[in-house]
Amino acid sequence: MFLKRLSEASGVSGDEGEVRSLLKAELALHVEEVATDALGNLYFKKGIGRKPRVMVAAHMDEVGLMVVGYEKSGLLRVVKVGSIDDRVLVSKIVAIGKDRIPGVIGAKAVHLQKPNERTKAIDINNLYIDLGVRSQEEAEKLVKIGEYGTFTATVREAGDNCLIGKAFDNRAGCAVLAELLKEEFELELDAVFTVQEEVGLRGAGVAAYSLHPDFALVIETTAAADVVGTKEPAYVTKLGDGPALTLMDSTYIAPQQIVDLVVETAEKQAIPYQFRRLTTAGTDAGVISQTHAGILSAVISIPCRYIHSPASIINLDDWQNTLRLARGILNAIAEGGLLLEGTS
Amino acid sequence: MEIKRFLKDICEAPGISGYEEYVAKIVRAAFCSHVDEARQDRMGNVVFLKKGSGSAKRRPRILLAAHMDEIGLMVTKIEEGGFLRFSAVGGIDPRTVVGQEVILYGREKLSGVIGVKPPHLTPADELGKGHKMEDLHIDIALTEERVKKLVSVGDLALIRRELIQLAGNTVAAKAMDDRAGVAVLLSCLQELERLRHAADVYAVATVQEEVGVRGAAMVTYGIVPDIGIAVDVTHGEMPGVLEHEACKLGNGPGITVGPNIHPKISEEIIRVAKEYRLPYQLEAYPGPTGTDARAIQVTRGGIPTGLLSIPLRYMHTSVELLDMDDLKLSGRLLAYFIAGVDLAFVEGLSCS
Repeated sequence: MFLKRLSEASGVSGDEGEVRSLLKAELALHVEEVATDALGNLYFKKGIGRKPRVMVAAHMDEVGLMVVGYEKSGLLRVVKVGSIDDRVLVSKIVAIGKDRIPGVIGAKAVHLQKPNERTKAIDINNLYIDLGVRSQEEAEKLVKIGEYGTFTATVREAGDNCLIGKAFDNRAGCAVLAELLKEEFELELDAVFTVQEEVGLRGAGVAAYSLHPDFALVIETTAAADVVGTKEPAYVTKLGDGPALTLMDSTYIAPQQIVDLVVETAEKQAIPYQFRRLTTAGTDAGVISQTHAGILSAVISIPCRYIHSPASIINLDDWQNTLRLARGILNAIAEGGLLLEGTS
Repeated sequence: MEIKRFLKDICEAPGISGYEEYVAKIVRAAFCSHVDEARQDRMGNVVFLKKGSGSAKRRPRILLAAHMDEIGLMVTKIEEGGFLRFSAVGGIDPRTVVGQEVILYGREKLSGVIGVKPPHLTPADELGKGHKMEDLHIDIALTEERVKKLVSVGDLALIRRELIQLAGNTVAAKAMDDRAGVAVLLSCLQELERLRHAADVYAVATVQEEVGVRGAAMVTYGIVPDIGIAVDVTHGEMPGVLEHEACKLGNGPGITVGPNIHPKISEEIIRVAKEYRLPYQLEAYPGPTGTDARAIQVTRGGIPTGLLSIPLRYMHTSVELLDMDDLKLSGRLLAYFIAGVDLAFVEGLSCS
């Protein structure tokens, strides 16, 4: 499964090379043009010269860690890249740098903690990576300052057609886009695997500027909070209920004609869908839609429980339905389903 | 059998306190070629006897105990939606299980994760707080209906973790406490093959240590040893832990001294270490230790007891980390100590 390989690859924001290589190798034969830019965005084009020109974007970076210092004992000090709840870091295995040097994030033994210590979260300033070395000198030989760390996690099947793993945000979206690139559409498909989404939507703006498409579709992964202890209005999305359409987040509001098009497409083809029921956080659409004089954009997302953790869960039916919906949207646009400037 | 391979096998095997059978089988298979007798007692302790060369009339009896049970999780409730609440078997810091993959031993082996309410729904003041066990759940991504068919209250779960090789001879895994001790027993038996020892050696993989040193008490009662040595893990140095509370990794086993330990036994182990130039560290502990030695010492009319410990960082997490050299050094030291024990030594253990 290509998604498995994508998920298990390391690709923290700013260090997306491994994911880029995987995608190039998988997709080069299916497209007319492959390109990269100064930031590392990866472009694939199909149907060059056709109208309309549609950008489909999925970010390939993931949240992770960066090494910032050494202790005399050889332990590594790290900071977070992107948004991670410090509390998921404890007692995990990580891989650092290109050589994937393994390390563990430990915690003081429960026996040695005072009762009041146990009630506090262990924050990143009190965590470090242990490589099993004896000294700073040994650590320096294995790992350089600035190298990136990712969780070590194997993709595993679980439950009702679900997967457990890391970085489904947004390798699950990348895998959908990769499938789309193996298909044919009656439009110019400008696919972009973007960089640095998790540190402030940095790659997508540059890509949208270069491509200046008629329309942009962003394929994302979003939180599913449909777990015990959460009330239904706070679910954001529900696992298994299909792709989620974003109406509004901190960076973007969906134009009404986009909502209509997506809903109509889903209903016509009997694809289950849901609305993303949270108005905060953001996606690449936030910057894409504000590039040049404005680019009409849509965001659909695969629901994911325990997102930004080493053990997140997605449902493969949701993944499949996201692919169906994305395909449906592209076909609807090819058939003139949107009022795009200069294309009527 | 190669010690690291054995350690990997037993650490990855499930064996929560009271449910050690699976580990017991692996231990039995690995130990049997090095011993004269093997049996399992009513509680589940696996007892191996390697006979000594002393006079058949009266040979010293040495008990070696390392516990094979591990801490784990037990399902306490199936919530709406099929999410599972759980409690800890043994001492678990709930903060170390968040975001872990688990194997749930229901009617079949099920993969799941330990989840919690997501951060965006958590008030800012709560983000600084550690998760409590009751806030956490196991998610096996099944509908409630199917969960109820496959899982029941009382089912057990463990963090999914393979042993990982780190720099040098350092390794990390779950359940190193105290499968590392069991590996030391194997290493000791292997060393004894090439040594002459007068004493009968009873090497025991004990049960239910993590819930109150129970297995060791029963097995000691049955064997009535002249000497009991527990082999366990001890805290390795790390930030936030006082220097005197911890041993250094790679510097050899900790030899405990204090009320739980018969002074002549710790003195003899230290003497042997010096004689064979084996590195060791002294651990002073001012009362009953949290190991099988606690139970052994007060069995029947009192047993002269010793304790050898492997330095280990991050005890009771799923990334317990240690140096393989310490395991080998512990096995060797234990073997040389055993080889030196004769009737005169054990008869001299009564306090004057």
